[in-house]
Amino acid sequence: MSKLRLLWRKSLNIVMLTITGVAAFAVVSVLFMILGYLVWNGGKSLNWNFFTKLPVPVGETGGGMANAIIGSLKLLFLAAVMGLPIGLIAGVYMAEFGGKAYSFVLRYTTDLLNGVPSIVIGIFAYSLAVLPVKHFSTFAGGVALAIMIIPITVRSTEEFLRAVPSSLREGAMALGASKWKTIATVVLPAASGGIITGVLLALARVAGETAPLLFTALGNEFWSPGWNQPTASLPLVIYTYAISPYDDWHRQAWAAGLVLLALVLVTNIGTRLVLSRGGAARSG
Amino acid sequence: MKKTLLALLLVLGLAFSAVAGSDAGTVLLNAAGATFPNPIYSKWFDVYHTQHPAVQINYQSIGSGGGIRQLLAGTVDFGASDRPMTDDQLSQAKFKILHFPTVLGAVVATYNIPGVTGELNFTQHAIAGIYLGTITKWNDPEIVKANPGVSLPGDDIVVVHRSDGSGTSFIWTDFLTKVSDQWKSQVGADASVKWPVGLGGKGNEGVAGLIKQTPDSIGYVELIYALQNNMSYGLMQNAAGKYVKASLASVTAAAAGAAKAMPDDFRVSITDAPGATAYPISSFTWLLVPAQISDASKRDAIKAFLKWMLEQGQAYNEGLAYAQLPKPVVAKEMKAISLIQ
Amino acid sequence: MGTTATTIEAAPLRPGGGARAFIQRLRNGDEAAHVITLVFASVILLITTLLVWELWVNCRLSRTAFGFAFFRTSTWDPVSSDFGALPFIYGTLVTSVVSLALAVPLGLAAAIFLSELAPRRISDIISFMIDLLAAVPSVIYGLLGIFVVVPMMRTTIGPALKHTLGFLPLFQGPNYGVGFLTAGIVLTIMVVPFIISVSREVLLTVPRDQREAALALGATRWEATWKVVVPWARTGIMGSVFLALARALGETMAVTMVIGNDPKISASLFSPGYSIAAVIANEFSEAFSDMHLSALIELGLVLFLMTFILNGLARLLIIATERGGGRPS
Repeated sequence: MSKLRLLWRKSLNIVMLTITGVAAFAVVSVLFMILGYLVWNGGKSLNWNFFTKLPVPVGETGGGMANAIIGSLKLLFLAAVMGLPIGLIAGVYMAEFGGKAYSFVLRYTTDLLNGVPSIVIGIFAYSLAVLPVKHFSTFAGGVALAIMIIPITVRSTEEFLRAVPSSLREGAMALGASKWKTIATVVLPAASGGIITGVLLALARVAGETAPLLFTALGNEFWSPGWNQPTASLPLVIYTYAISPYDDWHRQAWAAGLVLLALVLVTNIGTRLVLSRGGAARSG
Repeated sequence: MKKTLLALLLVLGLAFSAVAGSDAGTVLLNAAGATFPNPIYSKWFDVYHTQHPAVQINYQSIGSGGGIRQLLAGTVDFGASDRPMTDDQLSQAKFKILHFPTVLGAVVATYNIPGVTGELNFTQHAIAGIYLGTITKWNDPEIVKANPGVSLPGDDIVVVHRSDGSGTSFIWTDFLTKVSDQWKSQVGADASVKWPVGLGGKGNEGVAGLIKQTPDSIGYVELIYALQNNMSYGLMQNAAGKYVKASLASVTAAAAGAAKAMPDDFRVSITDAPGATAYPISSFTWLLVPAQISDASKRDAIKAFLKWMLEQGQAYNEGLAYAQLPKPVVAKEMKAISLIQ
Repeated sequence: MGTTATTIEAAPLRPGGGARAFIQRLRNGDEAAHVITLVFASVILLITTLLVWELWVNCRLSRTAFGFAFFRTSTWDPVSSDFGALPFIYGTLVTSVVSLALAVPLGLAAAIFLSELAPRRISDIISFMIDLLAAVPSVIYGLLGIFVVVPMMRTTIGPALKHTLGFLPLFQGPNYGVGFLTAGIVLTIMVVPFIISVSREVLLTVPRDQREAALALGATRWEATWKVVVPWARTGIMGSVFLALARALGETMAVTMVIGNDPKISASLFSPGYSIAAVIANEFSEAFSDMHLSALIELGLVLFLMTFILNGLARLLIIATERGGGRPS
């Protein structure tokens, strides 16, 4: 009886442990499947036209996504310019200056903002940046993305600043540097690797956001000059093309998805590699 | 390292503004609305831009409801809708809005039934029943008796409708309201209704996309969407009891009465039109233009485009399966353009 | 020549030197730096407050018209301006619950493998790749949903489920390919990385002696893990589940592309449905009447509250685990 029980326990052990391994590999294989599908379906459509031409009238073939690619870049630029300074400096405050109570409130609020569903941020940006001026614009889209970038940046900045060993800080102050000088010349440079990777990851994250752009950047069939006109963007075009019935649009959607995913993955992998190398050097 | 990054960012920013800066003299117009005429509008705006490079009209097909709302909110320069604005909606606007019919189109019942490649006939009762959910299978007697010789499967019908506020929905439900008392009392006609059954697709594009992907489905789309995607569409029973296929001729026949008696504000419905050859689910579609436009360059550009649309644009209609506007209507509209101040 | 103060809170070195030290701080810029960073940080507070306020104010019409009945009624009728949130709340919850039902076992199993069994290097590499899944944009999941999951559901998964479990009301009714189950499956893939990464981390913090004690008593590897290690980390694991849930609730694009967009409440998982985020995405830019718009914004507020509460709980649970070592109560 106890031999049977032992056998049972041993087999259960092997079975369950195998299942956990299968689970892990199953999840990882999904990643490769996604990549595979995108490469297979999108790779064929990645041609010169795709990158350089504007969309052609509905139902015709041969159009491209040049305006969507530039549009996405412009939106990211705006999001960076408007959101990064706030995120970075707020992170500095919370890591270096903040009083306990206020920092707690700020951290909580940042988490709150981080958790707001992106569609709700879209509604907010619409009432903030579209209605008062009565037009859709790249700027409004940038505002929506900036709001999303802020909490992500705050978190990573604070984290990396805190990770700077206090010995560095104390050393600088012992030499007579004021607090802000210490931060500017010693702490920030020490954390800069991590902060920059945080910034890049945040940008990669909002690059793929669609919902907040639905009612802010709207979309554009042509080039969008300046910052005050509606603009096309990669995620929006993927959405519009994917739900349409046109095969040519489907092909373009796959291609655009591949481009977007490639950018996101390259950023994530690249920054992770840089971080781990830098981290290894630093923890010496 | 940081300095170079900052410099790079600055340079990129300036580069963007330069590349993306607007040239003096270009007029940029933003419009939004109906998906029903999107194929012809996107063709028109593309051709017009090639002929008049200084004018760029960006049209986003977000649905008629969206066109009306954004026009009223003032976020677009003009709107587009397959459903003329109601008196109630017009009174809510802070400014006067003019309707300009652009093309004549047809809403067809398109379907994807495995094994059925031909054209089905739909009685008025059948189509109402399908959308009410009272007729649930493809081999329902009502459908079978209208299609002798076609073997229909016993599968469940997958109904598809619009998930957004749609002029096409209005045309469809307007027709159903006229031919079915049950529909009239239960649902009514509007751009956004409480659909008894069915899946929702976004825009004509989304509905066509869903039908293409879903076997045993049926939905309503503008004719060109069915044609461009090689989708089967049915013949509809009209007021005279005949099964009519949507075509340039049958749509023009449906508009014959309205052409002679077009009201001054151009708001008219031609569904379930009388006449043996009339296609019963035809409709005009309109551009909604504010009567007062303060920006002179925009005003002139819009007026010039409308003129072009009536004189030269109509030539592109038939290539995309939309019928041309009847001549009396065109003449009337040309006069109405001068109302835009 | 005064000494520099290193923190604002530090007391001046000389009694009565308060003013002097203040001027000193002013001169060396610390006060300015403090104020500037404080202002920037407060912008976050400003934005968040403004967001909540705007949401609250802009849905006043529907709040006053429907009150709490908004949450009980299931009519969504723009024609007669009668709105009820129930179908959307239902759809949001059902898809999220389905995704958790699939993601929690899958994620926990994978996390166990990564924390207990795999050698550290392999574990790190695989975790990294799973984290990449979390970075994939939502619209790409939607793209794959439409062209891969929906046909699979229609041709393979749906019929298989009907065949085996068709006696349950969950799997009855017509199977269109789009619907609650499909949306749930797509959401599963989107939230599983969160469960894995957080669970793996909390499992790694379980002290070694717990495992070793169990093994010393004769437990198999699995028994030690399942009966000792996992319960130890259970509050953190719960936290990861809440985090995943919050993510699933707010997901917009991937869901609207595969859920069917039909405001229906149905017991069948094959039925098309609607979620809060999806209806806002579809109807916001064209909601004509003010009441319609207000109802949509109220829905947005509801969604916001749901994610807010869940994120708060998640954070508390994860912090509790990190601090107290997850000691089972």
